Amino acid sequence: MPIPPRRSRLAAALLLAASALSCSSSLHAQDWFHLETSTGAGKLRLAVANFKPGSPDPATNPQKAVFDTTLAADLANAGIFDLVSKNMAPQATPGTQAEIQLAQWAAAPSSAAMVAFGNLSVANGRLTVNGFLDDAKNTQFPQIFARQYADTASENSARQIAHKFADEIIARLDGGITGIAETKIFYVKLAGSSANGSKEIWQMDYDGANQHQVTHAGYAISPRVSPDNSRVAYSSLDRNGFQIRMYSMLLNRTVNFADAGGTNVSPAWSPNGQQLAFSSSRSGDPEIWVSDAGGTSARRITEFKGPDVSPTWNPKTGAQIAWISGRTGLPQLYIMDADGSGVQRLTDGGYATSPSWSPNGQFLAFAWDRKYGPGAPGGQDIYVMEIATKRWIQLTHDTGRCDFPAWSPDGRHLVYANSPDGRAEHTRIMTMLADGTGKHTLTSSGGDMPNWSWR
Amino acid sequence: MISRQSPLWKTLLLSASVTLLAAGGCHKKTNALPPPASLPPESTVAPTASITADPMAIDQGQSVVLNWRSSGATSVSIDGIGNVAVSGTQTVSPASSTNFHLVAKGDGGTTEANVRVTVRVPTVPSTGTSGTADDEMGSDAAFHAAVKDVFFGYDSYDISPEAETAVTAASKYLAAHPAVKLLIAGYCDDRGSAEYNITLGENRANAAKQALVAAGVQPARLRVVSYGKERQFCSEENESCWQQNRRAQFNLDR
Repeated sequence: MPIPPRRSRLAAALLLAASALSCSSSLHAQDWFHLETSTGAGKLRLAVANFKPGSPDPATNPQKAVFDTTLAADLANAGIFDLVSKNMAPQATPGTQAEIQLAQWAAAPSSAAMVAFGNLSVANGRLTVNGFLDDAKNTQFPQIFARQYADTASENSARQIAHKFADEIIARLDGGITGIAETKIFYVKLAGSSANGSKEIWQMDYDGANQHQVTHAGYAISPRVSPDNSRVAYSSLDRNGFQIRMYSMLLNRTVNFADAGGTNVSPAWSPNGQQLAFSSSRSGDPEIWVSDAGGTSARRITEFKGPDVSPTWNPKTGAQIAWISGRTGLPQLYIMDADGSGVQRLTDGGYATSPSWSPNGQFLAFAWDRKYGPGAPGGQDIYVMEIATKRWIQLTHDTGRCDFPAWSPDGRHLVYANSPDGRAEHTRIMTMLADGTGKHTLTSSGGDMPNWSWR
Repeated sequence: MISRQSPLWKTLLLSASVTLLAAGGCHKKTNALPPPASLPPESTVAPTASITADPMAIDQGQSVVLNWRSSGATSVSIDGIGNVAVSGTQTVSPASSTNFHLVAKGDGGTTEANVRVTVRVPTVPSTGTSGTADDEMGSDAAFHAAVKDVFFGYDSYDISPEAETAVTAASKYLAAHPAVKLLIAGYCDDRGSAEYNITLGENRANAAKQALVAAGVQPARLRVVSYGKERQFCSEENESCWQQNRRAQFNLDR
């Protein structure tokens, strides 16, 4: 099999780049970092043919256009392929295994190692897609897999099928890691001005498509979707201030979450979906508490004067929590065991907020203003820290104020909030690869506090 | 705490502290006064003009005095007011934050001057208070005349000596008006992160509550809510505005 183990290579590259950067005393190390991950060297060269229309139905071509665009974007976003530009690829649209001439795709200029192709047809309101993935260099047994997908005919179905096919290709070529094309992003959307507008929880596909409102709470922030996608915990403003609320994605309504007084914000799911960590001032000072998924059996796990907020669990082990504490003044990043023991401070200055723990348990992404203070030219950027060494890399530079990074379930991407001019109402949601490349915008102004689904 | 500090780290930390030291005394720019002697009217030198406002920030409904002077000008106009004398004063009550833009035209050319008046619009909801109708708690106007909000330093929830004065006034008012219950709302300026600021606002409102309890007020009469930076009194990006937003606000809890 000509399939290399890509997962470990990417993780190693990130790790290597991270250590190279923070060990070096020179700012030039930033160039190294980009060289390390951005040349495309070692990425698998993949060509995607436009699919062949297989039916005379007039809905075929619009849905095919959506499918082709979505599939190519998914594979480009994946960050693990050197995708052949459609300008360089053969113009052929092979619809079946019999129709493809692999030598054409393997030859320069497309020089593809792998080719994805197939056909799409609409008949009697049904959309049917046949997708194939071939190894262009294996002339004897080229087919890696063939898959048929069918759904009610619509452009949204075409988009969802493209996501499924993309994830299948990624899983096959990437050592079994599931792609993220079918994942969702939950976020806060501001309506009206930032001074007296409303905020609600919204949901979209990972690529920014299909944006729609979830809650009708009036003022809701900090969405965190449960590991099984069945519930979204958030915090909304009522007569007694911010309280944790729970929205069922299955019932499409809020379900009970026990109130206990004080201000309650920033919920975080344990990876088994059984517990929530959050900040609560029910005993006076804001501390990190852990309860079950219904808000009961709550116990306090921090006890130190000053703000304690924004917990995130180690999704790999479920045994540790990172959070933000103002116990020594400006907020800093800390980790502890889930029972509150073994507290360690990770940042040594500035203003650190909004941690998110990487799926492999090795990294924390967070927002950090390293020069924060009155009169300082505050630049709040996204950073990733390797927890074992406390070495960090900076992922955003001079693009305005950044906050709320959140990992994709494959650990290769981050979604975050960015305001080019620093004003709250101009905040929008962006995404990038975990090495800081491939930045692009997912929402218009008014999107904030993104949270990536676990699957 | 970081065991492997690189020289880069230290450089950054050092430059951060230098910036902190150098940042003191950064205040609003005020327009320079014109030269004391007027130039001859036939001069072809461009006119001079200046405009000031006192105070530069008001609450909605209050008024400010505009004061402008010019020399070498044949006509002077201010946007929104129209043609005015070459030098003069006028009292205005803008409904929202306004740039007063003055244009002085003379034989020597045109000169402009500006002053911005910030109007603090009370967009902040008083959760739980319905209307301003008088009841056994008394009127909101009487309450706010006697009890002022508490303001805080940057990233701080410590009660300053000035804040102590406000707390004392509030505790006296509560002692004299036993039916009054208080809603204490905590706010933060819009810098920093939303979630952290909600907990910081909670600490501010709680600090005001604890000070009132220490002054003899029963805790049951006090309710605390934090809005963090989700609600703002003032939306300008400057210290006077940030200071307006770093507060614990007292309201009647009806």
